[in-house]
Parts: sequence; C-alpha cells; structure tokens
Amino acid sequence: MLRETDRHFKFDWITIILFFLLVGFGWLNILSASHTGTTLEYFNFQDPYSKQLVFILLSVVLIIVTLSIDAKFYERFSSVIYIIALLSLVGVLIFGKTINGSTSWYSLGIMTFQPGEFAKAATGLAVAKYISDLHTDIKHFKDQIRVFAIIAIPAILILLQNDTGSTLVYASFFFVLYREGLPKVYLIIAMLVIIIGMLTLKFGILITTIIAIISVLVYYFTRRKKPAILQPIFIVVVSILFSFVVRYAYNNIIPFHQKDRISIWLRLEKDPAELLKMRQTVAYNLNESEKAISSGGFYGKGFLEGTRTTGKFVPEQHTDYIFSTVGEEWGFIGTFGVVLVFVLLIIRILHLSELQKSQFSRVYGYSVASIFFIHFMINIGMVMGLIPTIGIPLPLFSYGGSGLWGFTILLFIFVKLDSNRINEW
Amino acid sequence: MRQFLLFISVVIVGLLFTARLFYLQVYSSDGYSLFDDNAIRKVYNYPKRGFVYDRNGKLLVANQPSYDVMVIPREVKPLDTLEFCQLLKIDNEQFKKRLDKAKNYSFRLPSVFVSQLSKEDYAILQEKMRKYEGFYIQRRSLRQYETTIGANVLGDIGEVNYAIIDDDPYYKMGDLIGKQGVESSYETVLRGKKGIQFIQKDRFNRNIGPYKNGTYDTIPEPGKDIKITIDAKLQAYGELLMQNKRGGIIALEPQTGEILAMISAPTYDPNALVGRKRSKNFTKLYYDTIAKPLFNRSLQGVYEPGSPFKLLTGIIALQEAVIDPSEKITCYRGYKYGNRFMKCHCVSGTRHDMVSAIENSCNAYFASTYRRILDKNGNASTGIDRWSTHLKSFGLGSYLNNDLSVGQPGRIPDREYYSKIYPNTFYSTYTISNAIGQGEVATTPIQLANVVAAIANRGHYFTPHIIKSITKDTIPDKYSTPNYTTIDKKHFDPIVEGMYQVYKKGTASYLKVDGIDICGKTGTVENFTTIDGVRTQLTDHSIFVAFAPKDDPKIAIAVFVENGYWGSRFAGKIASLMIEKFIKGTISRTDLEQWLLTHSLENEYAKPQSGEAFGINRQTQLQVVPVDKEALTIYEDNNEKL
Repeated sequence: MLRETDRHFKFDWITIILFFLLVGFGWLNILSASHTGTTLEYFNFQDPYSKQLVFILLSVVLIIVTLSIDAKFYERFSSVIYIIALLSLVGVLIFGKTINGSTSWYSLGIMTFQPGEFAKAATGLAVAKYISDLHTDIKHFKDQIRVFAIIAIPAILILLQNDTGSTLVYASFFFVLYREGLPKVYLIIAMLVIIIGMLTLKFGILITTIIAIISVLVYYFTRRKKPAILQPIFIVVVSILFSFVVRYAYNNIIPFHQKDRISIWLRLEKDPAELLKMRQTVAYNLNESEKAISSGGFYGKGFLEGTRTTGKFVPEQHTDYIFSTVGEEWGFIGTFGVVLVFVLLIIRILHLSELQKSQFSRVYGYSVASIFFIHFMINIGMVMGLIPTIGIPLPLFSYGGSGLWGFTILLFIFVKLDSNRINEW
Repeated sequence: MRQFLLFISVVIVGLLFTARLFYLQVYSSDGYSLFDDNAIRKVYNYPKRGFVYDRNGKLLVANQPSYDVMVIPREVKPLDTLEFCQLLKIDNEQFKKRLDKAKNYSFRLPSVFVSQLSKEDYAILQEKMRKYEGFYIQRRSLRQYETTIGANVLGDIGEVNYAIIDDDPYYKMGDLIGKQGVESSYETVLRGKKGIQFIQKDRFNRNIGPYKNGTYDTIPEPGKDIKITIDAKLQAYGELLMQNKRGGIIALEPQTGEILAMISAPTYDPNALVGRKRSKNFTKLYYDTIAKPLFNRSLQGVYEPGSPFKLLTGIIALQEAVIDPSEKITCYRGYKYGNRFMKCHCVSGTRHDMVSAIENSCNAYFASTYRRILDKNGNASTGIDRWSTHLKSFGLGSYLNNDLSVGQPGRIPDREYYSKIYPNTFYSTYTISNAIGQGEVATTPIQLANVVAAIANRGHYFTPHIIKSITKDTIPDKYSTPNYTTIDKKHFDPIVEGMYQVYKKGTASYLKVDGIDICGKTGTVENFTTIDGVRTQLTDHSIFVAFAPKDDPKIAIAVFVENGYWGSRFAGKIASLMIEKFIKGTISRTDLEQWLLTHSLENEYAKPQSGEAFGINRQTQLQVVPVDKEALTIYEDNNEKL
C-alpha cells in the first residue's frame, strides 16, 4: 500500500501543471472565439466552447486511465498499438467522412473521430520500440530504412487522406533519430534542402549558385585538413541541380494555392494590386489573423472584448487560428506567456527524456517533445506569417476532441513512463 | 552535442516568435482606437442645424430634409446598374466615374455617391435600397432660406473637402459645413454635435449588435439657434436700392456696435446655393470675375476713403492742438506746396474755420492741418507715427477682431511703411494726399462705418459684430466693452457740427430728411484700373458716411458706390433713405427712392470691358432704366415675411 501511494508522487507535476495551464487558457480563448449572443451556456453541447468543456472533462478520465495502465504495457504492446493505428488509418480511407477536403474522420453519430491524431503516439511508441531493440543500430543503413518505413507508412496514409499538414508532423521524428545516432550527413542534407530551396525561390538560381560556390570555397580554404577536391565540387553541382529542381517544381508541379502561400510567405509578390487581391483571397486568413494580433497591442483588448474575435473576422479562429484570439484579447503579455509555457513544456519533456534510464522511454519522450515542437512551430509561425500556411492545430489549445485526446494520450504515456523510471533497474 | 539540436531549435523558435510578436503588437502597433477599428461600424446621427433669426426675431434661415446616397466601395456587390442608374437619374458612365472616385478616396470609408436627392426620388429609391449592397441612404438637413436677402450675411453650407477633413477629424466625407457668412463664423454653434453609434460587425459586414451595449454611443446635440444683429427690413431695403450698382454698405448701431445692415452689391438669392444646384450655381458665381458677386464689398472692399477722411485729419489736429477750431485758413482754389499744387473747388480767397471746412470739404484747409500735425515737433518722421497711432485707435488698419468670416485690414501707413520709398529725408509734403483720404490710406466700408460710430459716440466705439444672442448661451464680453480712441471727447463737437452743416447747407443739403438731424460727409474718390496693361482712370467712386440723430445716434452708416461719381450723387441718397427707413420705418423722400430705382451704373461698369475708348466723370451720362418690377415684387414678398 505504501508503495502505491509513493508512486503517485513520482508523476512529474511540472509537466502536468503546464498541461493544464495550456488546456485551461486554451478553453477561455475558444469560449471567446466561438460564443455568440450575450448569454453563455456551458452545457448546451452545441457551441464549440461547450463541447470543448466536455472534451476536457473526458480527457481527465483519459489521463487517469493512461496513468493507471502499467508502464510496461506500453513497451510490450507497442507493435500491436501501432498496427491497430495503421488499420484505423486504412479504414478511414474507406469508411471515412470528408470535411474541408480531407478524408480524416470517422463519423460516429453525433460526433466525429480523427484516427490520425492518435497515430502520432502509436508511431512514437513503435519508433521507440524499434530503436531500443538490442539488435538495432541506427548507424546501419538497413536499420535506417526500416525505421524510416515505420514513420513513413502512417505519414503516407495520412497524405492519402489529403491532410498535408498532419503529414508534415512526421518530419519531427528526424530530431529523434538524430539524437539516437543518425549520421550527420542527413542533417547536412536537410539543412541544404531548406536553405537552397528558400534561396532559390527568393533570389533565383543565379544568386543561389554564387552563394553556394562562395560558401563551399570558404569552407574548403578554412579547413586545416583539406578534404579531397572532388567533394566540394560534388556539393556545388548537386546544389545547383537541386536549385533547378526547386525552380521547376515551383513553376510546374506545385498546385496554385500552395504556390501562392509560398509567394506570400517569402514576400515574392511586389505588385500592390496583386497583393491586395491576394489579401482578399488566398492570404485572407493570414491577413485577418495578423491584423487581429497586432490590434491587441501590448495589453490586449481584454477577455471577450476583442472586436475582431467577436465579429468573427478570422475564419477558423477557434481551431487553427486560436492564437490570434490570444493576440487580440490578451495582447503581447498573453502571446508571450503562451509561447513561454510551450517552450517550458517542451524543454521539460526533453530534460526528463535525457534522465530516462531505459532507451525506450528516452526515445518516446523525445518523440513527444519533437511532435509538440513541430506543431507549436508550424501553427504559431503560420498564424503570424513566419511560415507558409499549413493547417495544423495548436496542441492542447485548438478546438477539437480528437486533437486534445491525441495529445493528452501522447503526453501522459510519457508521464507514466517517466514515473516508472525509478523501477527501471 | 546531439542532444542539444532540438533544445537549441526550441529556444531559437521561442525567441523568433517573441521578436515577431513584439514587432506586430508593440513596435508597429499605433495604439488601439475604436474609430480606426473596421470591425466596428460607426453610424452618425446628424443633429438639427440651428435656425437664424434677425434682430427683431424674424426667421431668416430654417432647415429642410435631404437624402444622400452613400457608397462603401469594399461592400459593393455586382448589381443591376441599369435600374440603379435610372433610379438615381445618372448614366452608366457617371456611375463608373463616381464609383472610381469613391474608391480613390477609400475602399472602406463611406463616400457620397449621389448627393441631395429630391423627396420624390428618395421615396422610390428607399423601397429598393436593400437590393444594392454597399449603398445606403444618409439623411441630412439642408438650409431653407425664408427670404431672398442677405446672401453675403447668412452665407451657405456645402460639403466638406479633403483639406477640412484632414484638419478637423470631426468632419467625415459628405458632411456639410458653413462656407460663408454666419454659417461659417458660427459653424460650431449652429451645427451642434453629431451623435455616434458603435455597431459590432462580422466579417460579412453584417451588423451583430451594439458594441458593448452602446456604452460608448452618444446622442446628437442639436445646434443652437442664433439671433443676428441685422435688421432684415433695412437689409432688404438697402439691397433694393443697390440694384444695378456695385458697392458695399455697412450700417451700425453706435451704442452697441451691432451691424444693422451689411450690403454687398451685386448679390444673389441664397436659395441658389442649396441642394443639388449648389455646385452649378456656385461655379457660376465664383467665375464671374467682373461683377464678383461672392466678393463681400462691405467687408473686403478696400477703397481709398476720400473726403470722409478729412474728419479724422481735423480731429487729430485738434487733439494735437496744432489748430484752433475757430482759426481760419484761406483757400486759393487749392493748396500750393513747394512747386506742386493740390486743387480745390472753393472760390479763391475763401476763408474756412473747421466747421465750414468740413461743410465745404476744403482740400486746402486739411492739407494745411495735415502738415501741421506731421511737422508739430519739426520732424515729420515722428509726426507721421503719431498720426498713424491716432488713426489706429479708431480701428483702422486692422481686422477689427470681429465675428465675421471675411475681412481686410485696409492700410494706415507709418514711417516704417514709407522707409522703402523715402529711406533718408522725409517731409510732410511727401504724403500730403493722405490729408484728404487719398494716397496711401485705404479702408473698408465697415472700418469707415466704425469711424463714424466712434464720432457719433464722441470718442469710443464697440467692436462691430453680427451676433445678437445665442439660445442658451452667452456672447463674448468684448462686444459690450467700449474701445476708447486717443481723442478727447471735447474735440468731437466741431467735427459733429461740421457734419451737421453738410446736411444743413453743405454738399448734401438736398438730401435732408424732415424731422431727423443727420450728420454726414460726402466723398469722391479717384480710382484706376489696368486695361491691357495701361493704367486707366475710371469714373470716381461715390462715398458717403453719416449718422443720425445728431444728439442721440441710433445709426451710423458708410456707403460706397463704385464709379458713382460724386458723393451725394448715389451714396448720399442711399444713406439718407436708409437712415429714414431705420428711424421712421417709412420713406418721405420717395423722390430719392424713385431716382435710385430708375438709375443704373451698368453702363459705367461695362466701359472697361468694352474694348473701346470711353469718357469718365464729366463725360458720363446717367443711364435711366425702368423700375425693375420683378425686383420690386420680390422686395414686397420679402417684406411680407418680415
């Protein structure tokens, strides 16, 4: 009995407090963004704020269940959980319901359920399980291919649902693999792809080529131990080729609406008339969201006082654009607070992961941190125009039951694993 | 190192977000204002504009409703332009032009699309307005002039322009503002204060409801009614007498400084500047650069004052004690100074004292006294400054600090003024024309009327003003505080006596009115214009100043009639009739009235434009015209209402 009580106090309360801070503050903003009329009805199960309140209460049940299950269960049954998740993703392609162009939902009478939100946790468990296997060495190419497959299968299934945003989330596992020993060359390639891609779109192929040559020359001549001359030449040639590929893809392959999003993001369009048109169409949400955030100023207009929120100027404000409500009503103080709490939460998870004695727990913890980080970066970045428009929710904040539960399970499995680290002998 | 990649990424992204948020919310934010928030619709309620009454409580200006079609370009949806244009009575091209103009101004702020619909058009349009998104009807009130008099006094209201909106944020596109006259000078009193309603909109521009339950809404404050000092009957009579003439008249009540009449001829019917016809008529008046009907001659007309100025020369000489009222000066058909000569119409050898010099308007007498004033201390430079200071104490050379929308300071020279022309030596003979009101001195009719009021009051005047009272408000003290001149009271007696003699047996003896002791002074002023680059003399201006009754002044008047030749020919007759009209209410000198109604100066005004050589003064012939029946009917109509 004594042992049982002790174990409750081993849960990391900092993580739990940060979790409830985000969920609670998130709900206040959903309330503001979705209420209509003057009276508030918390339990009419119609308005998003009322539904979200129910989702939050049910998530508490979910937490209790997640924490009650034995920690070993998650490691032992990770493969089973993963396969169930994959089956549910295949199933949704067949039986699913299409909302906003994505076939990501099971329709269960009065409510809908999005399996993709749970697949993240399942994939995290599977990756952790595979990497922590004694026979796995991530430095081996064969093992790299296998772990890539574990990640890619759910990612592709989600892409087939036409949910590009959620697919991108699976890129977060790169951080996990890198931490566990994935060769540096992958990091270099990833960085090059991003840098060359942005340079090409913004400044064109010629300038990109010049920058690539200069950088490689500087790198070559500053190294004391000179690598073979062929290596830098190879890098330059590949970079230039890639630059052409990016240009071709941008002009001929990418669909128009995504091209426009990139154009808005990198400020490629200079014609004011064209810009004005874009603001009315493809960049409408972003424009309204930026305006709402900036109209909040330092102190904000106050809870339930946001004129743009009340007037529903920002479409999808209670889901993907919830951060703009924070910006308008709580001002810089509120937005800075939210950013700070997210950063603290992610760093806390990272810190706990590094303390784990079992590799499984550490890899899983890393996955949790990476997934939170990617969501946080893409969502808030998008709402402020720092990242091209990619529709994914702000974890624990945006309206949606599946999303909230998916993140709750994702996080609390780790809280459970962490609480068990004392027994990992 | 590997475990730090994600940690560093998180920290960098956190800092980047903070920086971006700081930029959006603190650095580039110019503070929140409800008025700039386009999520909040601002609906203005226009108050009733104050009425204008004359000094006897007769209603002069009231209101009539009017409807403007407004447009917010951003909200305009495709519509049946053909039907819409028909309803508004415009063509398709105008439709496009007006919409483009509104877009140029602002996409999200309302602009006037069609202003001032007729009541009939409004009735039809109102039913169908719902169909045209982005357009709405704004009710405003227009002016309704009860009579046709006083266009220059009352002024008019018109739409604000961009400059006004930039200057004063109270005004929004399409608002009306006083443009001239009392409408302009009492704008803030008359207009009241707009009420405003804040309404929360959604992104489809639909109204959701009052913002914060209307906490910030205000109700309109109605404009205040004003009573002006004008005597409408006198004003109407003066305007009738000024038919076919150009010039300005100001009549003051000396005991208060109240303006009894302010006439500028030619004038126009104020109703011409109301509603949709305003811009067309205004343009027509504005571009009439020959008759200049919008130019308020009684306030803005700067003329050389001529002989009435001799009154001031005389009184300053008395104050400076350079002459005794009974001292006689001989006139030799003029005044010789150095090798030059100033002509006079006196019989050679006539000897004048002050009274008879005024009565006969002797040039030689006043040239002589002027020189004595300047040379009093043997230094004309300090002498002219002293002279100038005395004149300025009568309100000359300044705007008079009154409540009229326009004015001119005129010109009273001092030593400084002459320093360019005479940098070194300066003698009193250089400026001797000033003695008789020609040369460098220049005044407006209102300034001259004010001088007469000061003489009538024997030494002080009240700032001429047009406001008599404001409903539920007071008028400034400055209008009831006397302004004292630098002249002692006793010196006025010989001057007043001289003016009295002008009517008794002098230059205006044939203008007498039975039962009223009038004091007056004629003036005849040379004037010039430029025709094809050549300085050309025109027929003299006819000027007259007067006050009455002599011992208890009720009215002081200055009349300027352009190119009317000598003082009593036109101006004197008008002055006498107006004095009689004001004091008695009826006219006994119908002969003078009849003469004025049947004599025109239009032939005189046509001369400079004719392109032919023309004669002036003695070579002119009086133009006789039949009495303008229509003008008389209008006059009688007006009189009935007053």
